[in-house]
Amino acid sequence: MTTKAFQRIYTKITQITKATCTLRATGVGYDEMAVVAGRKAQVVKIQGEEVTLQVFAGTEGIPTDAEVVFLGKPPTVKVGDALSGRFFDAYGDPIDGGPAVEGDEREIGGPSVNPVRRQQPSKLIATGIAGIDLNNTIVTGQKIPFFADPDQPYNEVMATVALRAEADKIILGGMGLTHDDYLYYRNTFDNAGALDRIISFVNTTENPPVERLLIPDMALTTAEYFAYEHNQKVLVLLTDMTLYSDALSIVSNRMDQIPSKDSMPGSLYSDLAKIYEKAVQFPEGGSITIIAVTTLSGGDITHAIPDNTGYITEGQLFLRRDSDIGKVIVDPFRSLSRLKQLVIGKQTREDHPQVMNTAVRLYADAANAKTKLENGFDLSDYDERAIAFALDYSEKLLAIDVNIGTTKMLDTAWELFAKHFNKSEVAIKQEFIDKYWKD
Amino acid sequence: MDKINYTTGKVVGVISNLVTVKVDGPVSQNEICYVKIDESELMAEVIKIIGDIAYIQVFESTRGLKVGTEVVFMQHMLEVTLGPGILSKNYDGLQNDLDKMDETFLKRGEYTFPLDEEKKWELQPIAKPGDTVVAGSWLANVKENWIDHKIMVPFTFEGEYVVKEVVPAGEYTIKDNIATIVDPRGHSIPLTMMQKWAIKKPIKAYKDKPMPSTILKTGVRIFDTMFPIAEGGTGFIPGPFGSGKTVLQHAIAKQADADIIIMTACGERANEVVEIFTEFPKLVDPRTGRTLNERTTIICNTSNMPVAAREASVYTGMTIAEYYRSMGLKVLLLADSTSRWAQALREMSNRLEELPGQDAFPVDLSSIISNFYARAGFVNLPNGASGSVTFLGTVSPAGGNLKEPVTESTKKVARCFYALSQDRADKKRYPAVDPIDSYSKYLEYDQVKDFLAKEVSPHWVSEIARSKNIILRGREAQEQINILGDDGVPLDYHLRFWKSELIDFVVLQQDAFDKIDGNTPLERQNFLLTFVLKICDSDFEFESFEEVNPYFKRIINAFKQMNYSEYQSENFNKYVTEIEHILKERSMKHDD
Repeated sequence: MTTKAFQRIYTKITQITKATCTLRATGVGYDEMAVVAGRKAQVVKIQGEEVTLQVFAGTEGIPTDAEVVFLGKPPTVKVGDALSGRFFDAYGDPIDGGPAVEGDEREIGGPSVNPVRRQQPSKLIATGIAGIDLNNTIVTGQKIPFFADPDQPYNEVMATVALRAEADKIILGGMGLTHDDYLYYRNTFDNAGALDRIISFVNTTENPPVERLLIPDMALTTAEYFAYEHNQKVLVLLTDMTLYSDALSIVSNRMDQIPSKDSMPGSLYSDLAKIYEKAVQFPEGGSITIIAVTTLSGGDITHAIPDNTGYITEGQLFLRRDSDIGKVIVDPFRSLSRLKQLVIGKQTREDHPQVMNTAVRLYADAANAKTKLENGFDLSDYDERAIAFALDYSEKLLAIDVNIGTTKMLDTAWELFAKHFNKSEVAIKQEFIDKYWKD
Repeated sequence: MDKINYTTGKVVGVISNLVTVKVDGPVSQNEICYVKIDESELMAEVIKIIGDIAYIQVFESTRGLKVGTEVVFMQHMLEVTLGPGILSKNYDGLQNDLDKMDETFLKRGEYTFPLDEEKKWELQPIAKPGDTVVAGSWLANVKENWIDHKIMVPFTFEGEYVVKEVVPAGEYTIKDNIATIVDPRGHSIPLTMMQKWAIKKPIKAYKDKPMPSTILKTGVRIFDTMFPIAEGGTGFIPGPFGSGKTVLQHAIAKQADADIIIMTACGERANEVVEIFTEFPKLVDPRTGRTLNERTTIICNTSNMPVAAREASVYTGMTIAEYYRSMGLKVLLLADSTSRWAQALREMSNRLEELPGQDAFPVDLSSIISNFYARAGFVNLPNGASGSVTFLGTVSPAGGNLKEPVTESTKKVARCFYALSQDRADKKRYPAVDPIDSYSKYLEYDQVKDFLAKEVSPHWVSEIARSKNIILRGREAQEQINILGDDGVPLDYHLRFWKSELIDFVVLQQDAFDKIDGNTPLERQNFLLTFVLKICDSDFEFESFEEVNPYFKRIINAFKQMNYSEYQSENFNKYVTEIEHILKERSMKHDD
């Protein structure tokens, strides 16, 4: 970092709260970075000559005569090929023991893409997981979160998706990751030999929570560099956005803002939208796809965080442990990918939409049959076949350890239809029955 | 440019996009000002004044803004520029033409002119020298796409004027003088095709605003048949995420029987707007044979664009709608979503440290919403023509809970309520409008009843009421069946339930993605409802309840195939015959 010739050092802090400190200073710009007693801080309020700084690491132990230096620029990230395979903290400093990287310095949290300069997303991202590729196909330029309970293996599923997706770059934004999860990602990427296309910005639970507010912008500004300037397909993984939002509420609380629903700041929707809307398909071919994790408390999706997220993202994926097969599946009922219509049956085989809907409908019949059984009613022959189908469907398609191509998924579904049902029960358009029914 | 003494000021404080400025002269509430930063100027609006300190909300990021920065106040409120060339445009919330911005990323402080300065318009004069005119009087006509765009006396003009001259028919640009009018004191005023209007003020260049008396046809059955919206009426669609608000709004934007569609994407997803950009230029409006984008203007302030401009976007949309209404046109204004606008108000109110109302929304939220909805309406113009603005907004209630401030405030003013139900969406019963909770107050208007009696059939309104009752009775029967079990209730309950399912599957549910089923003309809706009600009125013979379900499923299936067939085509008639055959199998013979 180059320091200006006569950088003024302030040493008189007039007010200190848990997260902020205030001092008299001149010539300071809004959003500008500063260093307070060696800790990074950012300007959050200017009132005449009174400047309030948010100290990311907290103000514990900061004296009123601490040295304050303004850096004259907003938070930045250095971008370049040298980032590949590296792990950084929320400020972009290496945490993997390697040297600092050289690269172009970019302001984070830059402007939005002009909507008329976007392209409609149209390229499918294959993950090999049928619960995603078959039922909730993801498209480049899409933003979609996993809504998961904290005990579900969402980090494992994200890592799997990341490694299987044919992306040029994968950027991990880890917020409040436990140290073990951080090591898990690192080892998984390393073992897969994929480190060279992965860049990580990580804030672990050992770091101050407010620092995580920088993570999504660091990751997405880096993603924009590769997607816009190098026309690459970039996949950004953000985990866990609930912990990010919690940090937002800490800050707004300390700034004396009036909380709205669930003690979240009133600007939560805009704050989250600013991040998720960075997902984009550029006409030149580059794209940013965001797959995020929003952990739920007790499966409650009406809480402000998942609720606002649902209004912003293009669908959501639910994980569920299926006790019948003892595996985790992508829940076909509650999951939804809003952009799948743009690719299914177009880039995938023509029968994809019908097969997908039919399989889910039959799976729903099985669920109804199970309810009947639980309520003590007798099962019909159809009910029993539906339950048998559901078991096969979970095992061979929905389970997240399945890894097959989309065409194979469709063929598998046709096999299961023929195994358990007759043609009229399946009720698919005649031309597809003629073509794909497996006798 | 006249030399005007603009008030200037210096920035004294910054918190996010709320900036305080010490001013050296008079400023007015809601005045527009520019903050000079680096090479550019950031647009802002005055939202509070205390002494010589003006509180302004900046419409863009204030990153890097310093104390002492110069601010110039413009002596006008937030305005839009009105004139030919608005149609087919894609604007941001402040009416900047997005297509004129060449770069991929939006640049702070880049403002583009909303109209085409070079384009020549084919003009036909309307007014003659000597005519007495007032604000909103038509002076000339230009063809904008296929629409007759009237050049009017600016709405800001007060009192009467006399036309001195209107240029002869020919081609003119929006900057050419096309008429001269004389005020009572004898001053000549030259006019161009352009005028400006402050967006927060309603355009009132009309004679009166009568009760709405016709309905706006949308081709969506649950709207037109069950809960029609009047031309010049207001309605809103609240629903949790994933319940199909946007698909429903897009379907209406494509099909509605209106001359002009203004779509305001207010704080929603950018990819949804991209879908409209991509599709509308390719879709042909069957009534005119022209592509849909020719009659559409899009105002998009997506969720990642500056929050303060989000609030402006709905007013920009309304002002443009009122402008076209003054030309005697039928305008439909769609806003997705008004909740995001309310949230923008909340963010600013919070920064101003105002005492909060419920859920931290500003206390005057309810009056802001009702003032806005009041701008819609059917109007008679002074020259005998009439025009309308029909407004349909979506609401995104937090947690899908309809007891939140935005939904409740809107419910007080909007006359149609289209409640999207999570339950129906989960069951893939689209459009997921709940037939019991929703309502249209217009069905109680005598004028609308008379209109429907003439346009559709004399019994139409009572038939609608009757079908809603059948649905309600079906729902009650279903509850009993669920409690007592299939064989614990009289057979008649099953029949009642399946009759309501018939209306649900055949009339209420509609495949928005199908070319034919997606758009049902009113005449066909009449045929369909009459046919379905005839079945609901029939008695059937069944031995046991187990026969009811498969029998009705067959009827429903035949109806669905019929809905997918061209009206009165060979295929269509085939299914009508098939349904009649099925009916004969079990209809009670009345001659025994």
